[in-house]
Amino acid sequence: MAYLQLRGIEKTFGEQRVIKGVNLEVQPGEFVVFVGPSGCGKSTLLRLIAGLETATAGTILLEGRDITNLPSSKRDLAMVFQSYALYPHMSVYENMSFALKLAKADPALIEEKVSRAAKILNLNDYLMRTPKELSGGQRQRVAIGRAIVRAPKVFLFDEPLSNLDAALRGQTRIEIAKLHRDLGATTIYVTHDQVEAMTLADRVVVLRDGLVEQVGTPLELYDRPANQFVAQFIGTPQMNMVAAANLKALGSKSGLKIPEGGYVGLRPESVILVAPGEGEFEAKVELVEALGAETLIYVSTAWGAQLVARQTSRTPLTAGANVGVKIDTSTAHFFDAKGRVAAVN
Amino acid sequence: MTQLQINLAMKVLRTILSWAVALFLFFPLGWLVLTAFKTELQAIAVPPLLIFTPTLENFTIVQERSDYMLYAQNALITSIASTILGLMLAFPAAYSMAFFKGKHTKDILMWMLSTKMMPAVGALVPIYVIAQTVGLLDTRTALTIVFTLSNLPIMVWMLYSNFKDIPGEILEASRMDGATLWQEFRMVLLPLTMGSLASTGLLCLVFSWNEAFWALNLSAAKSGTLATLIASYSSPEGLFWAKLSAASFMAIAPIVVFGWFSQKQLVQGLTFGAVK
Repeated sequence: MAYLQLRGIEKTFGEQRVIKGVNLEVQPGEFVVFVGPSGCGKSTLLRLIAGLETATAGTILLEGRDITNLPSSKRDLAMVFQSYALYPHMSVYENMSFALKLAKADPALIEEKVSRAAKILNLNDYLMRTPKELSGGQRQRVAIGRAIVRAPKVFLFDEPLSNLDAALRGQTRIEIAKLHRDLGATTIYVTHDQVEAMTLADRVVVLRDGLVEQVGTPLELYDRPANQFVAQFIGTPQMNMVAAANLKALGSKSGLKIPEGGYVGLRPESVILVAPGEGEFEAKVELVEALGAETLIYVSTAWGAQLVARQTSRTPLTAGANVGVKIDTSTAHFFDAKGRVAAVN
Repeated sequence: MTQLQINLAMKVLRTILSWAVALFLFFPLGWLVLTAFKTELQAIAVPPLLIFTPTLENFTIVQERSDYMLYAQNALITSIASTILGLMLAFPAAYSMAFFKGKHTKDILMWMLSTKMMPAVGALVPIYVIAQTVGLLDTRTALTIVFTLSNLPIMVWMLYSNFKDIPGEILEASRMDGATLWQEFRMVLLPLTMGSLASTGLLCLVFSWNEAFWALNLSAAKSGTLATLIASYSSPEGLFWAKLSAASFMAIAPIVVFGWFSQKQLVQGLTFGAVK
């Protein structure tokens, strides 16, 4: 049985339905990431699990127990907030030991747990400082430490890295992944950054407008997106979409039934640039971004669409050059007019 | 003149003007203090006397004719009680308005403040009748309740404007850490808002101490505060200026000393949210 279960969860704020019926099962020890554009309801869903919001409908089960209407303080979950939300009037040590103190744990045990967490997070030298004497990265680690110390049933992270600069974000991401591997704790992590989602998650839940679009491992989402939204949300640069109307010849040539009014999705690495005259259609190079390890080539088609091609080899092409675009149907994705994935065989 | 001389001249001018304004504002109070130490005849002398032999006669008369300590005690009890009661009511009100904002929170706050726009005399008759009916006329209880109610809008506003600067996530974090509502109040919110609670309390203490309208109308000999004491020395005939001044001096002295020592907190309280 699943460790944490959401059944038909709905949330309405006034007239607005923010969560429109979410079902989800989380296994013990799993790292699940909620990802989606801003306003998709991912943070609200996390707050519902945390008990900081009350569900309008549906049930939440933790270890088989209904916790839907249990207050946050009784759920035994720990949360790392985007703003860290450290207690400004307490030292790092007091911040980290607060939950245990409330639970009336033995002082010796508190001491031991805090110093163990501090050691893991490299906070030993800062235990007597107050939050305002710490850097952003250190505050972030205290917030994580506060969660670790409690050994909660589930760790909840609400966009924990968004207040850090790019370098620190990358580093902390790795630390969080490592921490999860060492502790094996069930974790739910909210982010709008799909790179965080792809690198951290065992499973990713893609949300849009309060609904789950797709649940799967990072590579499942990348390789087999369920619809056009997921296809374009996961992966940078995002997947190219070519209207099927512009690829009439492709269907007869490959023998595939390309849906009428649908789209052909091409990952940048599946856009193969060839000599003019070869390939499915012609295009003109607009911009070349040579990043060293990879090269991104932006081309525009005769009908005005822009595509991006990614290749690991360097290119002699420059802006203004004419090229042909070849489509490998085995790596292409096909979507019907409503954006759902379409069977073409 | 060089720029330096102009600057100096401006500085001198500003200093003189500042002193002039300050003295102008202080004059009535200063005159009151002087009068308190004059005899009744000296007090009405024309031209006014600036040099005279000070006497404590008025203070003795005031103390003999009315029990200063009783009035002072009434003032102290009603101000402290109304402040504590007010804080107990305003704290949860401000908490819910700052952290659980509803659609009409802003309206309620405006409505509360708008009650302060109403002249107190408008509510005099109903409140007097209520006090009379329930047998609370001339009691400290009645004054405490009325002082609390009249200060409550300001207390809620002051605490609210301070609370809303505290990130709600800190309180949510404490809930996640297992804190009950009471623990959240006591261990997180209270330490973070101690300063504003103190200055709100101090300010309302001063307001209650100085309150005259309700004190004069709802109390008399038993529960009268110092405002009542002062008023009792004004009479339609006879000489009373010196005694009135002495009574006033005795009434305001404690609160002026108190205000002097707590001015930092008081100013802080009045400017909450104004500067961040």
